[in-house]
Amino acid sequence: MDFALSEEHLMVQKMVREFAEREIAPTVKENDRKHTFDRSILPKMAAQGILGICIPVRYGGAGMDYISLGLTCEELERVDTSARVIMSVHVGLNSLGLLQWGTEEQKQKYLVPQAMGQKIATYGLTEPAAGSDVLGIQSTARREGDHWILNGEKMWISLADVADHFLIFAWTDMEKKRARDHTGMSAFIVERGWPGLETGTIHGKLGVRAGNTGFISMTDVPVPAENMLGLEGEGFRIAMSCLDNGRYTVAAGATGLIRACLEASVKYANERQTFGVPIGQHQLVQQMIANMVLKYEAARLLYLRAGWLKNQGIRNTRETGLAKWFATQSSFESADDAVEIHGAYGYSDEYDVERYLRNSKGAVIYEGSKEIQQLMQAQYALGYRSDKPLRCELPAYDPEEWQREA
Amino acid sequence: MHAIVCIKQVPDTTDVKVNPETGTLIREGVPSIVNPFDTYAIEEALRLREKFGGKVTVISMGPPQAKEALKEAIAMGADEAILLSDRAFAGSDTWATAYTLANAIRKIGDFDIILCGKQAIDGDTGQVGPGIARQLDIEQLTYVFKIQEIDFQAKRIRVERLLEEGREVVETRLPALLTVVKDINQPRYPTIMGIRRATRTEIPVWTAADLPDAKPELLGLKGSPTQVVRVFNPPPRSGQIVMIEGESPQEQAAKLADLLLKEKVI
Repeated sequence: MDFALSEEHLMVQKMVREFAEREIAPTVKENDRKHTFDRSILPKMAAQGILGICIPVRYGGAGMDYISLGLTCEELERVDTSARVIMSVHVGLNSLGLLQWGTEEQKQKYLVPQAMGQKIATYGLTEPAAGSDVLGIQSTARREGDHWILNGEKMWISLADVADHFLIFAWTDMEKKRARDHTGMSAFIVERGWPGLETGTIHGKLGVRAGNTGFISMTDVPVPAENMLGLEGEGFRIAMSCLDNGRYTVAAGATGLIRACLEASVKYANERQTFGVPIGQHQLVQQMIANMVLKYEAARLLYLRAGWLKNQGIRNTRETGLAKWFATQSSFESADDAVEIHGAYGYSDEYDVERYLRNSKGAVIYEGSKEIQQLMQAQYALGYRSDKPLRCELPAYDPEEWQREA
Repeated sequence: MHAIVCIKQVPDTTDVKVNPETGTLIREGVPSIVNPFDTYAIEEALRLREKFGGKVTVISMGPPQAKEALKEAIAMGADEAILLSDRAFAGSDTWATAYTLANAIRKIGDFDIILCGKQAIDGDTGQVGPGIARQLDIEQLTYVFKIQEIDFQAKRIRVERLLEEGREVVETRLPALLTVVKDINQPRYPTIMGIRRATRTEIPVWTAADLPDAKPELLGLKGSPTQVVRVFNPPPRSGQIVMIEGESPQEQAAKLADLLLKEKVI
């Protein structure tokens, strides 16, 4: 058993921490107030290698392991949730899906520019009337010659108005759609600019206002047959396997948000005086601080274990889901306590904790709500659920293989 | 073009505390960083390489853990790094440090320019850079704010120095040693690709035995003429606060200006 991070992990962690503090922190409050997604962060993240951190070098990535991806998400969300969201959709939900399921041609055409950060990618599963109920999606694709024709609407899609590449899930078998048989669903790689594809931004969100969230509307979008990811009918399994990676980034990010709450609360509790003493001296404040410490450390262990399983090439749907559920719910509770500790000041955007509270709530809901996570954990425990091997598993991390140039 | 950058690993002063009895820094358990002024020197060397091609070598003298600082320089983009580490170097003052580094630089051989930070944030002497230049008998340009022109063929350099009373433009021949101030550039972060290279780079460690031209009696504590007689905290500043009253900010500003003129502050 070894809990130590490697020298490489520590250097990545330090670099991303400094990057986030210098490049993101100074403008986050302003961008959040103005509901502005700052695109200029993308080329900066690309230059650092962050946007392809755990993708093999021969596919344009930086060749680091899955733990490094988690540490990066923790450091980014400690400063700003919207920066971590970029990692969740671009790397977790899309690029790792291509790495796991893509053909060599698809990897060369789409994964390489994504890992280098030249193209930004997102993932379109959720629809206006279907989130947790994945089989309830209405998007369809019908075959016409050497193309698939996509129709439908995707909603609550992070980076919808920013991304160049979209991983879209749709029914390809209408019989199975009616029967709610998941083997009738398929996955497609879609590019911005193709006829019939439009995107837009959703306004009025509670949190992650410095991030871009929107919709994708598809009207008879022609998709070349070679852009189907995986086999026909594999879409549902691909969607779920992508979530194993997306949820991992969300868990790691939420862990960073707990740390942000803890750091802000400790600082304030040492400065603010009431009844003649710093408020840190009050036992009920201490209780809230202690809870944050517990939640931070437990969340961290849970996501790092999931990352370790990924490195080993061991299926981790249960462990990743557990980390995601615990970390996001804990980040919400910690942000709530952090606002409480800051009192009236915490209620204003003069301090960061009100933003932490607003930002924490989304992740409790998206990528598998806490209710879905609880059902899954109960079903594993009760023996109702088990994970069958996939045709394509996420490859285990092999440093030599990852860092091979060609 | 071959640039050599001398760097130092220092305690992170945002975390450092002073022992109230001895007046010295408590270094135990304090995270170490690359001396911030040295990161500007690394950055300037990397920019010269980007413009003219060539190589950047980073050297440091310190305990084995100073390798971390050198690895950070490699992660930023430096090509090679050498650590000078030996018990014989321990206790060096600025003279012995400059002597040791100069000997190492002679051993490295050909170079066009040496870059250092203007001073280290722990010792704050600003002497090692100029000391190296004197030991190597090359030109020294301290407190450099900007390299205006540099011509490695003609072996000329013209720089702007940031002085207390203004700026000074100086031209000299190469090779030269520059100490740089923080306004000269904005250091880059290490990239993940750089980090990967750094963790795989074996950093050679040179001991006193690797510097046969260095005289043993001039190394470390033995070779250090400086003797610290006493360390103490200066008395806290005393003074009084005067609130300047006035009808308007303009009137208050005028009164303030008069007072400052009277005290010959401005």
